[in-house]
Formats: sequence, structure tokens, C-alpha cells
Amino acid sequence: MRLRDILLALLVGLGLWQLIVVITEAPHYILPSPWRVAQAAYKSRAIIADNAWVTAAEVMLGLLIGTLLGVATAIQLALSKTTERLLLPILVFTQAVPVFALAPLLTLWFGYGMGSKIVMTVLIIYFPVTSAFHDGLMRIDSGYRDLSLSMGAAKLNFMRHIQIPNALPSLGTGLRLAAVYAPIGAVIGEWVGASKGLGYLMLLANGRAKIDLMFASLIVLACLTVILHISVGVLATRLTRFAQGSSLK
Amino acid sequence: MADGFEQPMSASPGISLQGQHRIGGKVLFDVDLHLPSGQWTCLLGRSGVGKSTILRLILGLETGGDFTGTFTATDNMPLTGRISYMAQSDLLLPWLSVMENVCIGARLRGEKPNIGLAKDLLDRVGLSAHVGQKPNTLSGGMRQRAALARSLFEDRPVVFLDEPFSSLDAGTRADMQELATEVLKGRTVLLVTHDPAEAARLAHQITVMSALGTQNWPVPPTPVLREINAPQTLDCQAKLLDYLRGIAA
Repeated sequence: MRLRDILLALLVGLGLWQLIVVITEAPHYILPSPWRVAQAAYKSRAIIADNAWVTAAEVMLGLLIGTLLGVATAIQLALSKTTERLLLPILVFTQAVPVFALAPLLTLWFGYGMGSKIVMTVLIIYFPVTSAFHDGLMRIDSGYRDLSLSMGAAKLNFMRHIQIPNALPSLGTGLRLAAVYAPIGAVIGEWVGASKGLGYLMLLANGRAKIDLMFASLIVLACLTVILHISVGVLATRLTRFAQGSSLK
Repeated sequence: MADGFEQPMSASPGISLQGQHRIGGKVLFDVDLHLPSGQWTCLLGRSGVGKSTILRLILGLETGGDFTGTFTATDNMPLTGRISYMAQSDLLLPWLSVMENVCIGARLRGEKPNIGLAKDLLDRVGLSAHVGQKPNTLSGGMRQRAALARSLFEDRPVVFLDEPFSSLDAGTRADMQELATEVLKGRTVLLVTHDPAEAARLAHQITVMSALGTQNWPVPPTPVLREINAPQTLDCQAKLLDYLRGIAA
């Protein structure tokens, strides 16, 4: 995706938005115009920045902790057949529980602060990361295993030197998914109960009929998500290139 | 290429294998094979007859069946840790440099790699100008030479080669045969191959495997690394090919 294309798509989107506002003559408390939203964003920039920072921190911490937990679980699953047999069905089963439904419970347990949102984010991304990385660890050319056995490899060394580097592209795939899910987790956590964050700000603005501020928050959230998506995409590409032995440039 | 390549540290033992291999109760093959000490045995036979299985049995790798019988070394010592293995696929790790690939066995065993030895070996196989390169920048022949250096780095008295040259073009294959013969001198070698010409050129002993069992085939009376177009070599190759076509029908 080139910058020019992105800007063009953005302009087209804004144009359509303005067109709908003009055609439908919707009142500003139902659908504000892009210009009105821009004005609201500028006027409330301090409060938006404050809340955006909280949401970004929740997403980043959730992403970090969820990834670390997912990677550790995947390695443990790949190392021990017993763990795999016992834990994998449980993991799959837990996916049947809609994580969003747990949000009120998490708020009850972890409070209105960042804690419950981080836990929510971790819960949402834990499975995709674990599943993708575990899949990568297990999907290895059996020739590598044979060669390593003939060389007298220790199991942990085989994991460290061959299985993990070989699975990095799969981890990248899991991270790409996680980057999409993580902001959803944080915002839903904020909707259920929070005193800070973009999700909280959107609810607050909605309650006070400040729809332009709500839109401004939403757009900032979308920008955060896009930046996260692009950054994780770059990281995932680097992981894949490393594993393929291609140049990182 | 320098002369006087180091002989293996311990004397190369001969290996005997007698027994029966079954898969799901059905007999796959009966085997009575003797690999003479310090010599090349070429094992031929139609696809699926179990050539690679024999190699895997002795290496202690998974075969998907049950073997009843014995395999012993002529010096009555265990074979574990005395056989190195080279497959049709070079199995170089794409994220490691050529040098790191050659030393991978030491890393997998948790030992400090002997970089000096690796450099010498890469020099022997003609890759000293490529030590820092990634495998995907090398040609097929260069990759197999790196894999050969990795085998040599293990410094085992017995070497098993599972069709390592079959995917190379004819010229590169002939070069690799010469290089392998030179650097593996003095070691007990089992080469699984489909190519009667390769067997006629390299073997001290040719063993043909069929549903009836294993049988030795007369080799040309000339010393190994035979001239490709010498009458005895061509005669052996032609008769062997005829025979293989007969049993394959």
C-alpha cells in the first residue's frame, strides 16, 4: 500500500461522508460533517490525547503480555505431548466462550482501571497467537528432525535452534491477527466500565449528545489501530524474511 | 583440493543388519546386509522397497513399522553417535549462514562449535568464499557441498547418504561424487541411490534390494571413482539397469 493510495482513499471517504451529510441533511447531533468533527477534535485535543494514551497503553501492554503468554504456551505444547493432549482441547473449548461476555466479570475482578482492559486484551489475543505459533512449531520438515536426531540434538536445543526460528513466520501471522483484535478488547473493556480511554470518551460524548466528539474519538481510535496494524505488519514481514534467510532491508 | 584429508578419529566399523521389517503385520522386506569397514556400499532397488527404511533403522529413526532382528558393528560397540546422515534435501537452515549451518550439530548438542574446523571443511569443499552467505544465495551444487561439510563436521566413522546427489544436474552430480569419495575416504559409507551409473562408479559393494531380499551384485574390477566411460563401468551399469528393470516389472 503506497502513501498516495492511502491519502486518495481517505479523501474519497471524506468526500462521500460530506456528500451523505449534504444529501440527507442529517442534523449534526445524528451525523456531523467531517469539518465539524475536525473542529471538535481540535477543540478537545487535550482530552482526546489523554484518553488515547490510556487506550494505546492498554492495547500495547495487552499485546505484549498476550504474545509472551501465547509464545510460552505454544512452546510448552510443542515440547510435551502430555501437555498438548491435556491443554489443547481446553484451549479450543475456551474459544467457545465469547470473551466479550466476560467483560463485566473482568471489571468486577480487576476494577475500573487499566487492569481489566489489559486482561481483556490478553484473553482475546492469547488464542490466536498460541494457535498460530504452535502450528508453526509443529509444521516442520521431518528431515530437520531426522538430521537433528542423528546429530544427537537435545530436545530444548532443537526447539531453540530449529523449531522456533522456523515458526517465526507463523508467529507473524498470529501477531497480525492479534493487532486487529487487541484494540477491540481494550475498547469493549472500556465500554463495560472505565474512567479513562477512548471507549470511555465515546460513551461519555454519546451520553452528552456530543456526537462530533464521539466521531473524533472513533477516528483517533481507527488511526491508532491502523498504526498498530502497520507496525505489526512490518515486524511480521521481518520475522518471515529472517526465517527465509532473505535480506531484512 | 588439498590432499591428505583427515581420516576419521576412530577406525570405521563394518555394520551387519539381519532381520525382517513389518508394517502392520505385513512383511515389507527381509534383509541380510553387511557394510564392509571403510568402504562404500551402494544400495539400489525399486521405489518403496525399503532402501531408506534400512538406513533409518540403523540410524534409530522412526520407520512406521517393526523390525525384528539385529544390527551390529564389527567392533561390537554401540552405533549411537557414530553415524552421520545426509539426505536428498540439503536441509540447510535458511536463516543461518553457511558457516553456522556447518556447525549446527555442535549447537544442537549444546557444545561450543569448533569454528576453525568448520573453516577448514568449507575450504575442502570449495566454499571458503561463501562462509557468511545464506543458503538461498547458493546454487544446488553448492548447497549440497555445504551439507557435505556439515556431515564431515560431525566427524563420524560411518556416513549414510540417502540419494544426496539425485536432484543435481549431471555435471554437478559427477563433481559431487568425486568430492564425496575424496573427503569420505576411510569411512564406512552406505549410499542409497536410484542411479546404476552412480553405483557402478562409486561402489566397493553393490547391494540390490527387492521383495526377495537383498543380494550383492558384482562390481567392476577397477578401483573406485571409476571412469564413467570405462568399458567395465559401462558394462556394470548396463547390466545393473537391466536387472533393476526386470525386478521392477
